[in-house]
Amino acid sequence: MSEPIRFHYDVDGENFTSAGEASVAVKKKLRQLGYPPDVIRKVSIAMYEGEINMVIHANGGAADVEVYDDKIVIILADHGPGIPNVELAMQEGYSTARENIRALGFGAGMGLPNMKKYTDDMKIDTEVGVGTTITMTVDL
Amino acid sequence: MKIAEIRDLLRAEVLSGEECLENDVYAACCSDMMSDVLAFVKDQGVLLTGLLNSQVIRTANMMDMVCIVIVRNKVPTEEMIELAKEHGLVLMRSPLRAYEACGVLYYAGLGREGADV
Ligand SMILES: Nc1ncnc2c1ncn2[C@@H]1O[C@H](COP(=O)(O)OP(=O)(O)O)[C@@H](O)[C@H]1O
Ligand SMILES: [Mg+2]
Repeated sequence: MSEPIRFHYDVDGENFTSAGEASVAVKKKLRQLGYPPDVIRKVSIAMYEGEINMVIHANGGAADVEVYDDKIVIILADHGPGIPNVELAMQEGYSTARENIRALGFGAGMGLPNMKKYTDDMKIDTEVGVGTTITMTVDL
Repeated sequence: MKIAEIRDLLRAEVLSGEECLENDVYAACCSDMMSDVLAFVKDQGVLLTGLLNSQVIRTANMMDMVCIVIVRNKVPTEEMIELAKEHGLVLMRSPLRAYEACGVLYYAGLGREGADV
């Protein structure tokens, strides 16, 4: 198997306005590489939700995308507060986001379920007080 | 329905994507929660919203939408207009309220093809 194509982005946790820039950039790259629209849509929506989460819940982090022959892997790592109860966080509608975030159009508690829905595999490694790493795979 | 027809029906001012007005769209959705748009919307070409921030444009881009209508005469930020141009999206603003705008488009047949009405 050949070496994957890798993309790396730093996600600024201070700036809600720029949140999602990495996902937009990945979407553009995948288009240029000629991937089918449904694959691109899955990858970019899942990554966008994860990127928004890093900004609104974890003060930013790093996003890495690895494109293999048979799959695309998205790794979102932050040093935020961690997720105390992953099972609860995965439930549709569960959110700790406050009103100020909801006023920005997010915090409906659909992000994590949505990320799971759009990807073929999703792993959450999280530790309270240390951070969260989410690894998502979309099969090609 | 052509995007130009949406502009006319909603008495909207086009702020970006003038060159795409002859493109066709088949369905629309209306929400101020981008989370919900990302979770529930499927193949809707038009987003009507009263929310004003750059995530509106990015959400539409993620969902492969082609037209965004800002309702209630709100004025999009410069940044939204720039982003919309960058993504080749039509961005327009209408004096109608969300409820009216949806009603007008629905009555005109947008997203109703095949519906028994
Ligand atoms: N990267 C993260 N770091 C810390 N907590 C997170 C992170 N991502 C998600 N969460 C927690 O999981 C909850 C559910 O996330 P999500 O389904 O995306 O909904 P929302 O972002 O709308 O609150 C969040 O409200 C938050 O408490
Ligand atoms: Mg979220």
